[in-house]
Amino acid sequence: MLYRETGQFKTSYTADMGIFPLRQDRNALLVLLAFAFVGVPLLAHFHIWPFGSEYLLRAILLPFLILSLAAIGVNILIGFCGQISLGSGAFMAVGAYMAYKFGTGMPEIGLPALPVLVSILLGGVCSALVGILFGIPSLRIKGLYLAVATLAAQFFFDWVFLRVAWFTNYAPSGSVSAPELSFFGWVVNEPVERYLLCLMFVTVFALIAKNLVRGNIGRQWMAIRDMDIAAELMGIRPFIAKLSAFAVSSFIVGVAGALWAFVYLGAWEPLAFSIDRSLQLLFMVIIGGLGSILGSFLGAGFILIVPIMLNLIPSELGVPLSTETISHLEFIIFGSLICFLLIKEPHGFARLVTLMKEKLRLWPFPY
Amino acid sequence: MTALNFAIPGGIGAILAGLMFALLKGDRKSAVDMVVHVFLAVVMAIFIAFLAAKAIENPGGFTEILVGGLLSGVLYSLVALGFVLIFKASGVFNYAQGAMVLVAGLALVRSLDFLTAKGVATIAAVPLAILFSGAVMALCAFVIEKWVLRPLLNQDGLTLFMSTIGATFVLEGLAQMIFGSGVYPLKLFPTDPMILLENVFPGGILVNKLDVWGGVIAGVLVATLAAFFQYTKTGRALRAVADDHAAAQSVGIPISWIWFIVWLVAGIVALVAATVWGTKLGVQFSITFLALKALPVLIIGGFTSVPGAIAGGLIVGAGEKLAELYLGEIIGGGIEYWFAYVLALAVLLVRPQGLFGEKIIERI
Repeated sequence: MLYRETGQFKTSYTADMGIFPLRQDRNALLVLLAFAFVGVPLLAHFHIWPFGSEYLLRAILLPFLILSLAAIGVNILIGFCGQISLGSGAFMAVGAYMAYKFGTGMPEIGLPALPVLVSILLGGVCSALVGILFGIPSLRIKGLYLAVATLAAQFFFDWVFLRVAWFTNYAPSGSVSAPELSFFGWVVNEPVERYLLCLMFVTVFALIAKNLVRGNIGRQWMAIRDMDIAAELMGIRPFIAKLSAFAVSSFIVGVAGALWAFVYLGAWEPLAFSIDRSLQLLFMVIIGGLGSILGSFLGAGFILIVPIMLNLIPSELGVPLSTETISHLEFIIFGSLICFLLIKEPHGFARLVTLMKEKLRLWPFPY
Repeated sequence: MTALNFAIPGGIGAILAGLMFALLKGDRKSAVDMVVHVFLAVVMAIFIAFLAAKAIENPGGFTEILVGGLLSGVLYSLVALGFVLIFKASGVFNYAQGAMVLVAGLALVRSLDFLTAKGVATIAAVPLAILFSGAVMALCAFVIEKWVLRPLLNQDGLTLFMSTIGATFVLEGLAQMIFGSGVYPLKLFPTDPMILLENVFPGGILVNKLDVWGGVIAGVLVATLAAFFQYTKTGRALRAVADDHAAAQSVGIPISWIWFIVWLVAGIVALVAATVWGTKLGVQFSITFLALKALPVLIIGGFTSVPGAIAGGLIVGAGEKLAELYLGEIIGGGIEYWFAYVLALAVLLVRPQGLFGEKIIERI
């Protein structure tokens, strides 16, 4: 009754091609954005529940935003172009470390320290280049074989950032800290500011990603995903399509990596971008829904929040369990939940949302 | 002498490069492929020539490392075998194989400890413990088949792969909760070093007895598996299912029973791997990372080939040790960590199905 297109007439081609054809969707998105951009900072400023402490902002919303961004990147590669990658953690690491190098300057080649925004974006560009390099095998190998091949990137870069001291500016401990986060005079320090910064990045990149996948290049990716030989016969060049997917995906993942390191962690070592991170991102896009930008957000939220909840529940209920047992239980419940979700809804949360919208359109008279 | 030292390997290298190029020529499709092939052939030839030079320089030391590498490679093969069995029969890429090694190892070592503490003689305790852990693996196989794989029938490979990662979490959590999460030493095989071929090389070559045991066990295991697949009724049914699920089902082969058997066999392979690896490292959580070590072995050998898993293991084991020693001194230590993967990547570029895999044919 409330959610249907009745009476909403499109009078121009632009309106017809809109991302959200329904006015209700547009309004909901506007409300959500307004809440995220204005409501949350206000609540946090006046310490109103649930933003009384900084915990929610710092430990949940910030990683949620950054990992959503990374999940969008991974989703472009896996969900839209069908190239399975287990090396996302490595691409995040490349983004983070190269942004660090640009941000602190490279005296060897006479490059001064660049502004933070430029170095984060350049970190993304480096990640894209590495992505293209490790995407070349995708021209010959497919599916799970490719997944294992991309693991080469993961292990290689783990080693590089651990062993090659140049990347850490010869820090003896191997751990590096981010330069001061200053954007055109705005110094980002408080959790609220960090949150707003990430929110801006995520909004911009989500919009870019959504438009890319609707456009010409996105359709090429999807054709390659659905059947690459047929796509090739139709005149789509696999070389361009696959490598552009690797480039765009790695760029976004690299930017997310740089944000993760600079904004969320502050100081980090290569362990922050291990194979576990890659698997976590893979879970996010699968549970959220392959080939859906919305799904990336849902999956990121789920995968991030469930372990935190599982960790909190026993202590909240006052069940006396050792930390070791809790961590094992966490493993068991998380694993079973993954299996359960895959069995019940192999297409992820995004599919559930679509179904719900279909139902809602007919509600309350589904005839 | 120095000139000769480089001339001979150089000659060998050039011949090898030519041979490899000739071998690859038939498969070549485009200019890009050709460039890749020439590049890989040259790199491999240089590497082999380099190794040959080192071998001439110090034959004893070289052989020692080569044999050590080959034997440790066999241990990788033990883990890779479990992957191959499951992939062949059900097309599932089983990430949980490493976790299964952990489960088997923990069940074995804890029941062994329990029995010894009760005063059972070692000679009786070992078979009992092995039986018990075999039963645990059977239970795992049953549960995974019934609750994870059967509901996911006909889903695509990625979903199945993710579900086995989910199963990995559950297995790891459960096993550590039930059996404990410490490091448990396992003493089933001798681990002292011994000296071989003393009359061939001055001083002989040093190998670990455990590695030799590992080699023998892997040999026996492969022979048993081959016999099982070749000569038993269930084995034939397994091969039929591996060939074509639907056709096998239509001639009356109970497919879910067969999958249970396959997971059981993979579980037993994991148990064997656990006895050897547990003796080597102690049974502990980090044993699950073996799964990641076994992946390049699979790629090199091919996902669907049992001999491939063995050959891949040998190549990875030997290549890794030699690279660590000879390349490591040039570009920095610890390259063992990724060398196998880069090797696998190179193999994939030339033969996408691995060295022994079935040729991938695609139709529209």
